[in-house]
Amino acid sequence: MSVASPLPHDSAALHVTGTARYIDDLPVPAGTLHLAFGLSEVACGAITSVDLDAVRAAPGVVMVLTADDLPFANDVSPSNHDEPLLAVGRVHYAGQPIFAVVADSHLNARHAARLGQIKIAAETPILTVEDALAANSRFEDGPRIWTKGDVGTALSGAAHRIKGRIDMGGQEHFYLEGQAALALPQEGGDMTVHSSTQHPTEIQHKVAEALGVPMHAVRVEVRRMGGGFGGKESQGNALAVACAVAARATGRPCKMRYDRDDDMIVTGKRHDFRIDYDAGFDEGGRLLGVDFTQYTRCGWAMDLSLPVADRAMLHSDNAYLLDACRITSHRLKTHTQSATAFRGFGGPQGVLGIERVMDHAAHVLGMDPVALRRVNYYAPMNAATDGAGGHVAGGLSAPRPAPPPEDISKTESEADLTSRGAQTVADDRVAVPEAAVNTTPYGMAVTDFILDAMTESLLATSDYHARKAAIADWNAANPLLKRGIGFSPVKFGVSFTLTHLNQAGALVHVYQDGSVHLNHGGTEMGQGLFQKVAQVAAARFGIDVAQVKITATDTGKVPNTSATAASSGADLNGMAVANACDIIRARIAEHLADAHQTAVADVQFAQGRVRVGGKDMSFAEAAMLAYQARVSLSATGFYKTPDLAWDRVKGQGRPFFYFAQGAAVTEVVIDTLTGENRILRCDILHDAGDSLNPALDLGQIEGGYVQGAGWLTTEELIWDDKGRLRTHAPSTYKIPACGDRPDVFNVALWDQPNPAATIYRSKAVGEPPFMHGISAFAALGDAVAACGPVWPDLQAPATPEAILAAVKRARG
Amino acid sequence: MKTSLTINGTEHQLDADSRTTLLDALRNHLDLTGTKKGCDHGQCGACTLIVNGRRINSCLSLACMHDGDEITTIEGLGQPGNLSDLQDAFVKHDGFQCGYCTPGQICSATAMLQEVKDGWPSHVSADLTGDVDLTNAEISERMSGNLCRCAAYPNIVDAIRETAEGRK
Repeated sequence: MSVASPLPHDSAALHVTGTARYIDDLPVPAGTLHLAFGLSEVACGAITSVDLDAVRAAPGVVMVLTADDLPFANDVSPSNHDEPLLAVGRVHYAGQPIFAVVADSHLNARHAARLGQIKIAAETPILTVEDALAANSRFEDGPRIWTKGDVGTALSGAAHRIKGRIDMGGQEHFYLEGQAALALPQEGGDMTVHSSTQHPTEIQHKVAEALGVPMHAVRVEVRRMGGGFGGKESQGNALAVACAVAARATGRPCKMRYDRDDDMIVTGKRHDFRIDYDAGFDEGGRLLGVDFTQYTRCGWAMDLSLPVADRAMLHSDNAYLLDACRITSHRLKTHTQSATAFRGFGGPQGVLGIERVMDHAAHVLGMDPVALRRVNYYAPMNAATDGAGGHVAGGLSAPRPAPPPEDISKTESEADLTSRGAQTVADDRVAVPEAAVNTTPYGMAVTDFILDAMTESLLATSDYHARKAAIADWNAANPLLKRGIGFSPVKFGVSFTLTHLNQAGALVHVYQDGSVHLNHGGTEMGQGLFQKVAQVAAARFGIDVAQVKITATDTGKVPNTSATAASSGADLNGMAVANACDIIRARIAEHLADAHQTAVADVQFAQGRVRVGGKDMSFAEAAMLAYQARVSLSATGFYKTPDLAWDRVKGQGRPFFYFAQGAAVTEVVIDTLTGENRILRCDILHDAGDSLNPALDLGQIEGGYVQGAGWLTTEELIWDDKGRLRTHAPSTYKIPACGDRPDVFNVALWDQPNPAATIYRSKAVGEPPFMHGISAFAALGDAVAACGPVWPDLQAPATPEAILAAVKRARG
Repeated sequence: MKTSLTINGTEHQLDADSRTTLLDALRNHLDLTGTKKGCDHGQCGACTLIVNGRRINSCLSLACMHDGDEITTIEGLGQPGNLSDLQDAFVKHDGFQCGYCTPGQICSATAMLQEVKDGWPSHVSADLTGDVDLTNAEISERMSGNLCRCAAYPNIVDAIRETAEGRK
């Protein structure tokens, strides 16, 4: 049984030998041209003159494109049509592309791009939260506000009132493979595009608009990315469109990849947030009411900022039942890179807001931060449901017995579910529970909460209480170095909040030799999606995963795909592939049952064999028999997530199919003279449901934690007062290195099926573990608090400078 | 400028601009794309390869400086079906996710294990003259020039340690 096996990544042997191809490794046809953008060095102002004579005269230059040279749409926005490929009239951030050079080599294109004489009448840019509020520079008419209960009364009646502010920085994706695209012109005006993108359909869409052709004239292929993390959800549009337009204009293949500095200067990053909080607690630590005001700098264009800001609001509760709350969200427009998707998509920022409230309250009330959190947890899932609730057998998944072959006698075999042009988005609103019984601030009932049992288990395996006591003793004896321990839970909503994106398609062929060709709408960026989905396909046919050929994502095979984002890749595409496989399997079973005069349900597919009416044959023999009987062995599959209904303006409904959960304990040490710090140990217990592949899931959890800790510690983005990003290379922007990971790093999976009917009862695992990094920030706050009696108010990222400032505050 | 490079045991004649980096020479002139370009600044380690037994960032070195040198790239360490013990360990331990930094990690670790064998101390070595005890801290210190944004570090360390132990 392939599902639940810890199989290596599908490209493992290729990766370790350097033979896995990324865009920049593809052999290109003779005559391929290379592109580079000429960038604005000014953050805001009108373009007064553009002199590109020197660019055109530079060695190797074939063509120079400005906005005036674009034959059709000058737009690479994924949302609001407010993001021209090349600037028109004005510039809106330092780094905005103004013109594109097409040359015979990458280096010639880059050299020439520096020769443009652009005059810009610079104006004072809007850069900070304060600037944007003063100018009322924002997306949407005003702040988005959601409320639950009477927060004013709850706050005024509370025994303890806690007010504060946390600033949290953005984050550069720093995918090791930079953005890249290759456009190959085809006959009759068609275009084939290879793009390092999480969203092939959007590349297809934007390229078609830019070329003035229907989407059917554009085919986009993505074999793999060298990391994405959300940074390739929309940020690849510009390169693909520029290459396609240049390829159309020259008739030659065109390729573009950003140099690392350009990549960091041009593309959007994680949204930085400021969150103001006003919270009221009773004597026992119960949060009676909380008022959050979230400010985020969205940058110059809308991109995906609205759903990012929504998700920050949606995660303002994290794991805690809020009886009374108000969440106000300001989406501010600034003259900086257009902030975009990044693993967690606003969720981490919302979660950090309330985790900060919990740590602040624990400090003021003198309570253990974990105990205070548990007072406020949602009520646990009914112990009677699926044997959960009281189940505390957390730990690495043991090998499980294979699920029994399913009854496929009732499978609908003939419907082509991918022809969904006429399908409408479900409009039936999920009933919102009237009373505030275990419901989120947005009215969704929480029915699958398991963090109480997980926390209990993690506290035991991490030896939390004993270590906390030992740290206090150690700190009493050590005046210069201080240790700290921090805890953070995560409850992360899984589904796209734009409901219609929760769909996926698949295309499966079985060849007459029994080998299987697999294609679906998801993209591979290292998360192991292709292997997981191949494991699903192998399980449906009862064959070895080696018989399944994983192929590049291709808009010509599966249309209208959603971005591989929101952690949904395996959930959506695994189900769509299962659907396609089941259709083919049912056809084979029907033929064999007919031939052997037995029931369809008696045809069994397992261990590479097909058993029917006392006869036992290989899957290949069964495929051959079906082929010879003229049975179609190709099918499309389709899936749409059920039960979703969401009104984002009102902030009401059920935006998520289920919640993925987990908790982490981190111990750190700081040097109070320098602010230097180390993560000493981390323990994580994470809920991946019935894991499709425990090895890949553990990798996601470990990597997510380190990346989350990086966001809150070493990764700091600095813009100067002219709006220029000064941290645009790894020399000035520090992502975690090997030595930054915790030396003691205990990660375990909570082995329990997803109550929601997902593929093999697994849970999404891409984004949720990112938030475990918050426990490192909490631990640093705890270490700083050991320096004195005052609330240290540590800000993020907790760089050595921020830690030193907090140590000073703690000492009073 | 003409340069003779011995790459993975095969001699190549390169005729390129003298400012061409070794990395660009491999990728753009000799069609050896296993060595990756991450930052082109010598800070991420994706372009690490081995010259005369020592690991270097090939983006910071000009090809013409290596006339007559013996260069080993990831392609020369092993190919599918014939992996080195270290490559095998990376597969076994999932020492990667997206795979883009992997060739650099493996080239770096290959040379690093030789440095350890030769008794080179590191910043974290307690004893500067004796044999190196290849602890996790030693591996982390010696591999911190190779960034992995997916942060597969625990598995990378496991793969390297197991390989080192297997060679004892």
